[in-house]
Amino acid sequence: MKYQTDLIFDLPQTGDNTNRILKKCDVIKPNFAEFYGEDLLREEELNIPNLSEIQVLRHYTNMSAKNFGVENGPYPLGSCTMKYNPKVNENMANLPGFRNTHPLQPMETVQGNLMLLYNLEQQLNAILGMDHFTFQPSAGAHGELTGIMMIKAYHEANGDFDRKVMLIPDSAHGTNPASAAMAEFEIREIKSNADGLVDIEDLKQKIDDKVAGIMLTNPNTLGLFEKDVKEITGLIHAAGGLCYYDGANANAILMQTRPGDMGFDVVHLNVHKTFGTPHGGGGPGAGPVGVKKILEPFLPTPLIKKIDNADQSTYILAYDRPQSIGKVRAFIGSFSVCVKTYAYILAYGRQGLAEVSEAAVANSRYLLERVRNSYHVPYQEPAMHEFIITAARQKEKYGVTTIDIAKRLIDYGYHPPTVYFPLIVPEAMMIEPTDTETLEGLEGLADAFNAIAEEAAENPDLLKSAPHNMSITRPDETKAARNPILKA
Amino acid sequence: MSGYIPISREKRAELLESVGLKLENLFDVIPDEIKIKNKDFPGLNAQGLSEQEIAAQLSNLAERNKRVDQYDSYLGAGFYDHYTPAVIDHIIGRQEFLTSYTPYQAEMSQGTLQAIFEWQSYICRLTGLDVSNSSVYDGASAAAEALLLACRQTKKTKVWVSEGLNPEYIATIKTYFHAAGLEVEVGALNEQGTAAGTYPSGDDYAGFLIQSPNFFGIIEDMRELVKKAEQNKALSVVSCDLISLAMFKSPGEVGVDIACGEAQPLGIPLNFGGPAVGFLAAKQKLMRKMPGRIAGQTTDTEGKIAYVLTLQAREQHIRREKATSNICTNQALLATAATIYLALNGRSGLKEVAEQSAAKAIYLHNKLIQTGLFEAVYNKPFFREFAVKLRHGGSLDVLNKKLLEHRVIGGLALSDDVWLLAVTENKTKKAMDDFVALVSNLIRQENILGG
Repeated sequence: MKYQTDLIFDLPQTGDNTNRILKKCDVIKPNFAEFYGEDLLREEELNIPNLSEIQVLRHYTNMSAKNFGVENGPYPLGSCTMKYNPKVNENMANLPGFRNTHPLQPMETVQGNLMLLYNLEQQLNAILGMDHFTFQPSAGAHGELTGIMMIKAYHEANGDFDRKVMLIPDSAHGTNPASAAMAEFEIREIKSNADGLVDIEDLKQKIDDKVAGIMLTNPNTLGLFEKDVKEITGLIHAAGGLCYYDGANANAILMQTRPGDMGFDVVHLNVHKTFGTPHGGGGPGAGPVGVKKILEPFLPTPLIKKIDNADQSTYILAYDRPQSIGKVRAFIGSFSVCVKTYAYILAYGRQGLAEVSEAAVANSRYLLERVRNSYHVPYQEPAMHEFIITAARQKEKYGVTTIDIAKRLIDYGYHPPTVYFPLIVPEAMMIEPTDTETLEGLEGLADAFNAIAEEAAENPDLLKSAPHNMSITRPDETKAARNPILKA
Repeated sequence: MSGYIPISREKRAELLESVGLKLENLFDVIPDEIKIKNKDFPGLNAQGLSEQEIAAQLSNLAERNKRVDQYDSYLGAGFYDHYTPAVIDHIIGRQEFLTSYTPYQAEMSQGTLQAIFEWQSYICRLTGLDVSNSSVYDGASAAAEALLLACRQTKKTKVWVSEGLNPEYIATIKTYFHAAGLEVEVGALNEQGTAAGTYPSGDDYAGFLIQSPNFFGIIEDMRELVKKAEQNKALSVVSCDLISLAMFKSPGEVGVDIACGEAQPLGIPLNFGGPAVGFLAAKQKLMRKMPGRIAGQTTDTEGKIAYVLTLQAREQHIRREKATSNICTNQALLATAATIYLALNGRSGLKEVAEQSAAKAIYLHNKLIQTGLFEAVYNKPFFREFAVKLRHGGSLDVLNKKLLEHRVIGGLALSDDVWLLAVTENKTKKAMDDFVALVSNLIRQENILGG
């Protein structure tokens, strides 16, 4: 592939393309200067190029070739669950009956949409063990914020204005403390013990009457199941706090256990992880939030309700909810992402979802065993859907770091794992093969990791100069931050 | 083998055994008391469905809806039915853009990174501002983030928002601000439906926010906003419409500090309101306090141009609770779609979209007034949307219900007698003529509103 650096703004411009896409205006255009007054109107034309269709297509098609997607090969990016995104779901989301509906249409004209969301809510309640869901949050972090706002509203409704502390393990995703901070919570960090699990003694010491709740990921970001989770949620509840489940790793437990049964009061899901909706290079996602009954009054408006009539059921959007936290975005939510989620869950059903988690965990365990001898494995508890290895050995002996190993993996045609996270593990590589990885993908990944470990010993420069076959070599990130060029 | 899992259970068991593990012991770590154990739950099928069954079920649901391409719709109020050029779906449907993750590994993500860089460039060119981020969830959360940015920059805790802002956005700002322990003051519009003369005074405001075109479609004069904000040492914030900027002065041109808004009108399908794509742009001085991902240009080890995520010291994965926002996922694919929309239309095409939308809105407005049944709510120039009032009373809900029977989705009833109607370039003269004739006939001949 030719190395191409042109920006869209650098392309030779075509002439006027006023009516290439749109037909000619069939009403008389008024004198705009007269209608609006000269003051409001733009004096110069916009500085954006006029281009032909083929120029635009070639430009973006060639750019896409410099990306790597799930259909290119294994994408073991830990905690991101880069599984296959079913094609039929894309087709379903694009059905004109869904696509061409406006969010403010009368409810009787969007019964299909409302029924789908209602059914999806029932599915998610069953899968997560919750009582209600909202579809407003547009991403996982947005869901976290929504959940945390509800915890705050709950304590406020009880007159508990002093509960200002959110407990968060030191292994948590950065979004957890960032979300809690956006709702004015003070973060109290809980230590992980030597096994990589929540240190219960540390937790007990940090619980007091200021605690509003805890945010927990289970399996945690080390890929380990918090087996004391019932004790943890029990301790928080006994202290008057609520328990938040970060659903980032829900793929590991689908239909094996449920956050609701673990004692969680509120949960968010990243449907772009667990239910295979595409990540789109960073969105659009959706982050539905589920709650137990006690938090139902605080859910964002509107909620979807089913009204059973004599002859048939109708579905409505319920807006009259005085204790609701309000809205976290406009309208109902990322509807078309919900369509894909619904289609995904239909494809599996309860038994299929149990096989999803089984396959996710089995693939992760197998891959870990295949690479165990080549790398330092910091935790010995059984791995769930993802596991951590480190470059500690390679760094000490050969001066090769995690980033070098990650970049070398690109030469083998694989996407690197998540690197340098969780922050508590030096030189961490977090590897998540997912349930849809193929046999050849797993074996290939294992072989590549092992080969790279050998290369680290024999030819460290090969790793340090990687990647070698992409459109660029390693970019200078320091320069990017020091002299920011953020637009053309 | 279920769904999309490529390895059979037998093979899985075999693989595990080859490394000394057993399939049946995989979940031993989960305590018995919380294990599900092969139990069914209401609302979830036990068995999965085939692709054919899924397609049938979802098509059936989709067919239960009434569609704006089959009905004649006049709804807007934040989401607009503009034409989507065919090219867009083809490009964003490419799996390289569709299925990839946030571009953490720059060498493998130059496509996404350059697309974001181009989006930022287009947003800056349209808004006239210096720095854009890679997008946020939607126009409402963009407005909330813009005002939080104003609070961070000025270290003040109160903002003022004009009631001309979309009510969904006002509700969202209130939610964010209540949680953050910050204060929102909402200012009523003047009698002409604009923010002119309504700005408060006092040096305790972090920001003043207006929308233009505002909720009633009226173009606001941003110069007064800038002046009032400066006088009160607050930042000026405008929630604006990107298509309208092909015709009207940009926020940057008149000195606005922050522009935000919803980019859905750039050819993104309605999709019942989501996903949407918010934009956020600001003056240079606010760069290091911006929320969200930002792509930047740099060079690789060989001096070639390369794109990376940059200024990450602002973000949650580095700063945790001290981050400028918790946002990480943006709306990359939709931002790419909007970027392609702008590339396909160019300045001439975009201006045509804007002018046709405005011309048709003005045409419809005049036709409705000419019936003698409606009067303008405000006498100020509007862009793509306007409010009219029933002159002789009656209920718009009744009218809207009746219109549905004639395959028309009427405007949004803001009250019993105030109607908010939006049209875009997609609307034909004939459709509008038929619509006005139908409305007139229903009220005059069929007397559906009584009186």
